[in-house]
Amino acid sequence: MKRRLEALRKNWYKFSKNPVSVVGLCFVLAVSFIAVFAPFVSPYPSNAGRFVNFADASQPPSLKHLCGTDVFGRDILSRIFFGFRYSLMMGIVVLSLVVVPGVVLGLVAGYYRGTWIDTVIMRVTDVFLAVPPLILALAICSVLTPSVFNAMMAVSLMWWPWYTRLVYGLSSSLRNEFFVQAAEVTGASRSHILFREILPNCVSSIFTKMSLDMGWVILIGSALSFVGLGAQPPTPDLGTMVADGAKYLPDQWWIAIFPAVAIMITVLGFNLIGDGFRDLFALEEI
Amino acid sequence: MSREILTVDKLQKFFATSRGTVRAVDNVSFSVLEGETLGLVGESGSGKSTVAYTVVGLHAPTSGKIVFEGNDISASVFKRPKALKKAIQIVFQDPGTSLNSRRTIQQILELPLKVHRLGDAHDRKQRVADLLDRVELPHDFMYKSPHSLGGGERQMVAIARALATSPKLIILDEPTSALDVSIQAKIINMLLKFQKEMNLSYLFITHDLSLMRNVATRVAIMYLGKICEVAPTIEFFQRPLHPYTKMLLSSIPVVSPEEEALKPAKIRSEGEIPSPVNVPPGCGFHTRCVEINGCCSQDIPEMLEVEPGHFVRCHLYSDSEDKQGKE
Amino acid sequence: MAETLLKIENLHAEFKVYEGHLLVLNGVGISVRTGERVGLVGEAGCGKTTTMKCVLRILPSPPGRITEGKILFRGRDILKMGPQGIQRVRGSGISMIFQDPTAALNPVFTVGDQLTSVIKYGSRGSPSKKQIRKRAIAALREVQLPDAERIFTNYPVQLSGGMRQRVCIAMALATEPELLIADEPTTSLDVTIQDQVLRLLNGLVDQHGTSVIFITHSLGVVREMTDWVYVMYAGNIVEGARNDALFANPLHPYTLGLMSALPKLTGGGIAEGIPGRIPDYLSPPSGCRFHTRCPQAMKQCSDARPRTTHVSDDHDVDCYLYGGGADE
Repeated sequence: MKRRLEALRKNWYKFSKNPVSVVGLCFVLAVSFIAVFAPFVSPYPSNAGRFVNFADASQPPSLKHLCGTDVFGRDILSRIFFGFRYSLMMGIVVLSLVVVPGVVLGLVAGYYRGTWIDTVIMRVTDVFLAVPPLILALAICSVLTPSVFNAMMAVSLMWWPWYTRLVYGLSSSLRNEFFVQAAEVTGASRSHILFREILPNCVSSIFTKMSLDMGWVILIGSALSFVGLGAQPPTPDLGTMVADGAKYLPDQWWIAIFPAVAIMITVLGFNLIGDGFRDLFALEEI
Repeated sequence: MSREILTVDKLQKFFATSRGTVRAVDNVSFSVLEGETLGLVGESGSGKSTVAYTVVGLHAPTSGKIVFEGNDISASVFKRPKALKKAIQIVFQDPGTSLNSRRTIQQILELPLKVHRLGDAHDRKQRVADLLDRVELPHDFMYKSPHSLGGGERQMVAIARALATSPKLIILDEPTSALDVSIQAKIINMLLKFQKEMNLSYLFITHDLSLMRNVATRVAIMYLGKICEVAPTIEFFQRPLHPYTKMLLSSIPVVSPEEEALKPAKIRSEGEIPSPVNVPPGCGFHTRCVEINGCCSQDIPEMLEVEPGHFVRCHLYSDSEDKQGKE
Repeated sequence: MAETLLKIENLHAEFKVYEGHLLVLNGVGISVRTGERVGLVGEAGCGKTTTMKCVLRILPSPPGRITEGKILFRGRDILKMGPQGIQRVRGSGISMIFQDPTAALNPVFTVGDQLTSVIKYGSRGSPSKKQIRKRAIAALREVQLPDAERIFTNYPVQLSGGMRQRVCIAMALATEPELLIADEPTTSLDVTIQDQVLRLLNGLVDQHGTSVIFITHSLGVVREMTDWVYVMYAGNIVEGARNDALFANPLHPYTLGLMSALPKLTGGGIAEGIPGRIPDYLSPPSGCRFHTRCPQAMKQCSDARPRTTHVSDDHDVDCYLYGGGADE
């Protein structure tokens, strides 16, 4: 137990060598907290769903409504808070679906580099990578009924190859390291070699990529909602909010700008953590 | 009379690369007796590491046979029976990468025990502690990761790993090349002690001839995929026959005048070692040999037993053999 | 009489890590005269490379820091020089050859590109492009590379290990430095190639009159290549002597331990080696850092570091066994 605590403290020391990453971590923690406790921290939680109050419509930012209200009279700040939920959910769901299969395929293809297994896996990966990502997502979404769920499926389908490619490179070079060969000589099973010897050495790159991807996935999800293929009204999705508010620029600027800033803070937070992760996983050797 | 524990017969291992076929191991035959240390010496491109890796199964032979205790193991490690994987182990050259830095010492040492089902979880921890005792490392190293250990300690863990399955034959590929002299002394003495205790056989590879002199029972020297000379250690150092052996011995930097006196007359090495993709025709060494004859660039010399236990592959001696035969 | 070219005095350096400070250099003192070949022998982690990095001011500065001492090159303290002063010292004053020639050469530039850059930035004055090229080819010929014109256009990956190291030597000598630091230049090479490269280095050094600091952990190489030898342990110089004097009569217990642990070509087995491990630089032993492993340690060894004793003109040692008092 004491060892774990010591390890935690040491990890924090390594991570916090990058002040920028600490800022990113603060952003991410703030956004996550707000997303989880949205009903309790929003000033007007009911505004997040079906709600109309034309008396207060299109109010500029004031003490009563810190980010103003939209054309339906809904408090924008509260909608942003609930909007964080959809953004984070998008990121978490997509990465959960994508990381495991992508990494496994990459490990296997890299280990069997030069054989038919490698060829099959990597050529399929190439096919998916050849299609421009947003186009693929748009195509899938327009075929299926637009919804948050389908947007997530579409993004997942085009995201997994990146992990395969990343891990393929790592796996195929690690495969020739002495410690892998030592395990082979001892007689370890292939699954042990893949998951217990090679994978731990890829974790650093995978986590760094995941943190950067959170930002990207959220952005793409917002883009899909912006064009109407993701969340549907009245869901308080940040991208939809920007789309709806864009019509009212520049007069009622707050309707579009605040949700956009919210997206920016979320994405930026995850990006900045990436550097910290890289240092966190580095092995120190003097 | 010791029995042969490992017999390698006309082993060949070629690699196809974009620049041509690399004849890494070309018609190599030797044997290792139980309880002895066969030393394998050579420079880059000699094929000594490839021989080691093929014996241990990391490469499948292109042709030829490897027989271990009567069993034919001329195949890659994945195709060998599990029981034989217990009996042959290897210690690699680079302690930095032969242990997975992302695992703890305990996990590393338990792996061979788990694979060969030597004891349950509780037993294994005890056995790991025992192994650490044998290599004189403290028990709490179990919880550390290799990167927090020094090179010598890592190599001791690698040796403990090799000993975990109580093997019969251990291949040691330059085990102390990356280490300092005092740590090397400790490890070598430890290895010799284990050899006596457990009646181990070693295939010991190094380029350090001074070390070889003190470790090996017999020495074989390789050049461009072929064995040039094999002899019992003292013979090898006091009466080297092959011109390459003489060149190598004369190039070693030594410290004391007695050692300097033991070295053969200085043979200046000129030119680069040819690449194993472009092995010179005839005797591979002829491009750098000072005692070259006419036939050296055309015919590959045969391996001949010039004296009991002393084999050479060189035209200088095949002539004398013929002459002896004729007389 | 040869003058002192480089003098390192009482150099202390440390590295900051999570657990505290690693006190790696603990008062290193070395001097090199013009035309002299000095060997620096010690095991891994003793601080030889760190010392040389301090001399060239390439010690990575956030974790590393020089806390005390002077490095006098031609009488001027390198540690007090500004960036321009150091630039002038590097290249035409002091040059370095590293252990791994593959890592020292940039794989995406040709040998010619790298050699001409070195000459351009490291030389005194500003030679023209043609002059630079001429000097580069001449440098390649000097290190006995066959077909220098072709090698000029080659990439490092097309050359063998020995040839790459010769290129590195050419690069180091192309700026005609007064002092060459060779950090384990032949450790990664084969024995017969090592022999060639060492002979080459010796020849060139004689020809140019360059001083050399030869860092290695191989006593055999030191025996053949140097005039004066320093033995280093855990951040301290423990013994310094003329080559013959050191090998005929090693004095410091650490040197004795090293020599006895060497495998001899004459056989006889290998002695046990030195018990214990190199000290933890976070809390190194007090006084003489070797006392924890020394078979002849006395009470005063743990109190304070011994001062350097001049046993003779050819031989200095830092050890209470040979008289001498404590270093205040």
